[in-house]
Amino acid sequence: MNHLLPLFVVLPLLGAFLNSLFVRKKAKVSDFISLVITFSLLIISVISLFLVNKYGVLIYKVGGWFPPFGISLVLDGLSSLLLFTVSLISFFISLYSINYMEKYTSKERFYTLFLLMLAGMNGVVITGDLFNLFVFLELASVASYALVAFGVEKEELEASFKYAIMSSVASLFVLMGIGLIYSYTSTLNMADIAKVLGGSLNKVVVFSGVLFFMGFGLKAAIIPFHAWLPDAHPSAPAPISAALSGLLIKSLGVYSLVRVIYNVLGLKILFSPVCMFLGGSSIMIGVLLAIGQWDIKRLLAYHSISQVGYIMLGLGLGTPLGILGGLFHLFNHSIFKTLLFLNSGAIEYSAGTRNLLKMRGLSLRDSMPLTSLTTLIASMSISGIPPFNGFFSKLIIIFACIKGGFWGYAFWAVIGSILTLSSFMKVYRYSFSTQTQGTSSVREIPLFMKFATASLSLLCVLSSLLFLSGFSNFFLGTAKKVLVDAKNYSTINSILER
Amino acid sequence: MRVYFLCFLLFAVGLYCILRKRNLIKIIIGTIICEYAVNLFLILIAYRMEGRAPIYSSGQNIENMVDPLPQALVLTSIVIGLAVTALLVALAIRIYDKYKTFDITKINQLKG
Amino acid sequence: MNKKERNLQKSSGMSLIVKTITRLTVGLILLYGIYIVLHGHISPGGGFAGGVIIALSFIHLMLAFGKEEALRRFSKEYMAFFEGLGASLFLAIAVLGFFAGYFFLDFFVNKGTPFKLFSAGIIPLSNVAIGIKVSSGLFAIFVFLVLLRIIGRDKE
Repeated sequence: MNHLLPLFVVLPLLGAFLNSLFVRKKAKVSDFISLVITFSLLIISVISLFLVNKYGVLIYKVGGWFPPFGISLVLDGLSSLLLFTVSLISFFISLYSINYMEKYTSKERFYTLFLLMLAGMNGVVITGDLFNLFVFLELASVASYALVAFGVEKEELEASFKYAIMSSVASLFVLMGIGLIYSYTSTLNMADIAKVLGGSLNKVVVFSGVLFFMGFGLKAAIIPFHAWLPDAHPSAPAPISAALSGLLIKSLGVYSLVRVIYNVLGLKILFSPVCMFLGGSSIMIGVLLAIGQWDIKRLLAYHSISQVGYIMLGLGLGTPLGILGGLFHLFNHSIFKTLLFLNSGAIEYSAGTRNLLKMRGLSLRDSMPLTSLTTLIASMSISGIPPFNGFFSKLIIIFACIKGGFWGYAFWAVIGSILTLSSFMKVYRYSFSTQTQGTSSVREIPLFMKFATASLSLLCVLSSLLFLSGFSNFFLGTAKKVLVDAKNYSTINSILER
Repeated sequence: MRVYFLCFLLFAVGLYCILRKRNLIKIIIGTIICEYAVNLFLILIAYRMEGRAPIYSSGQNIENMVDPLPQALVLTSIVIGLAVTALLVALAIRIYDKYKTFDITKINQLKG
Repeated sequence: MNKKERNLQKSSGMSLIVKTITRLTVGLILLYGIYIVLHGHISPGGGFAGGVIIALSFIHLMLAFGKEEALRRFSKEYMAFFEGLGASLFLAIAVLGFFAGYFFLDFFVNKGTPFKLFSAGIIPLSNVAIGIKVSSGLFAIFVFLVLLRIIGRDKE
């Protein structure tokens, strides 16, 4: 059963290379290839969830070399949660982009770049070696620089340039941190580093932890490092905005940060006040900056900063309830933020505008009923209204703050949620108000886009069931255990000696 | 210890170039200098006293060698740096096509 | 002789001395690049360095003779094809080890005696694949960055 693990990286790479080789013949082939590959990745990730619940940790030795000498691929609870999220969302995104990317030229190159980015994200999540993490991080980042500049308009090129410069400086910080850790422990395998360090708080380890925090924090868009996100995410085509906001900042940013600082370096106690403070300020500053925006995608990008603040607040608490809340909110945010970006793309596809003031007179609610319903569901999810999934994850995070005695953070989290609700009421009022001014030439979106958005909104409702303890133990329990007993990561290599 | 300090100084020079220069091409050159500084740092970590190059030919007995692993890391990092630089230069050419200038104070369409 | 002199005078590029020396040396540069790729497991070098040198031989051709001559030898469709071929070849080598019952990227070719040319498992094969990909990729980057101004706005 171990042999499933390389497939997460091999399948998207295979799709990308086949796409660039064989696509001269017909244009529909690339749609078909990417759909088949993302669907098979979804099936394999569901199988991996069952495997992790049965076996605990799965390790695959690449090339047959045992781990301190070779690279290993490690599948534990946290990796399988993120792999499931990435596969699910990327399946819906590739379904959506069958119709949406008709408006851009060279759709085949879009699929090549998208599959390369997917391979990079899967590789980051599943690898057990620190330098391999850096290589896949760079693969996903470079693919995303090219994807942000995909339709080559003025603003998109400028946004992509800013994003590329800031993100490559962040990767260089990560590489410097890797160099320092290698010089101190002389091994690159993550579990081996954890075993050698043994929880010691040396000055070199703390300095490299700070370097990692700066590098991965920029990829995750936490508050001092957020300046690239409001320019890069709106400029990309809508499915790529959804992929960037829903997947990339979580798998490259939050996952890598938590894995390296909690599991590999063992610095949980030292960094937890930092994570909580930056998470709390991200919540407030993201929401306050978002209320005044009139471009719908820029508003959604600022809300991404704020919701990642919730995730960092939950993960930074360190208590089991807090980590459960943070991971649950990570999964939920992928779903509803993707849905919101795909809906804004649908509005742009049909009505041709992204400005909330211009959408007002178009009476979109009558001509696009499904889109208005799914936008309503997604807005209620992100604001935390009871039957939808956002409510439960934010509730768990706020309870965890109160239980830990952090009344200030809980208060600011509640205020942030109220302000999120107000800003999404503004979005819904301006975009889907029923001021009919004559007939409009706006039609509903085509079939694949409808299917993708409808399924995602159904998932918004269904994933609130994860609050029940049976499902949450299956789904999130193993992930929570990895982060709560963070020191146990150093012992996973002993599985191979059996 | 002095050598590592000079490495960080080179990185700081590159960072100054990214932050304070107004021409797009100079910003790209600043990024390249930062990459060189980090590659140099990785190679310097590998040095052992009285070590020779880690090449193993036939008919030679093994003496002290420097650490070969960071050399493989630097090879990968140089390739990645090449890809990022090529993409940045292509973006800069396209920006010049649309904006007719390389000056970043005039390329400020995205605000707020 | 007459046609050759007319060819030399009408094509763009550099002067006659550069063109003569290029015609003598560009084959040697290509051969040297292939040597570095194939001996990657014995002496320093390997896929990336050898691939860069092979790309340099084509760039040398383009600098000396002008872009039409170089693109006649190695046109854009061939570039895209070789790039995809190199990548797929590397992935095929990796996956074949996987399916043959060994691990992913394992050695399934006979290891041979050390320091000979046909030894060290799959390392020479993957060096060849990487050499093909890097050379065509680097030449493609150079062509597109140089020709972007001339061809105009309908480029990718």
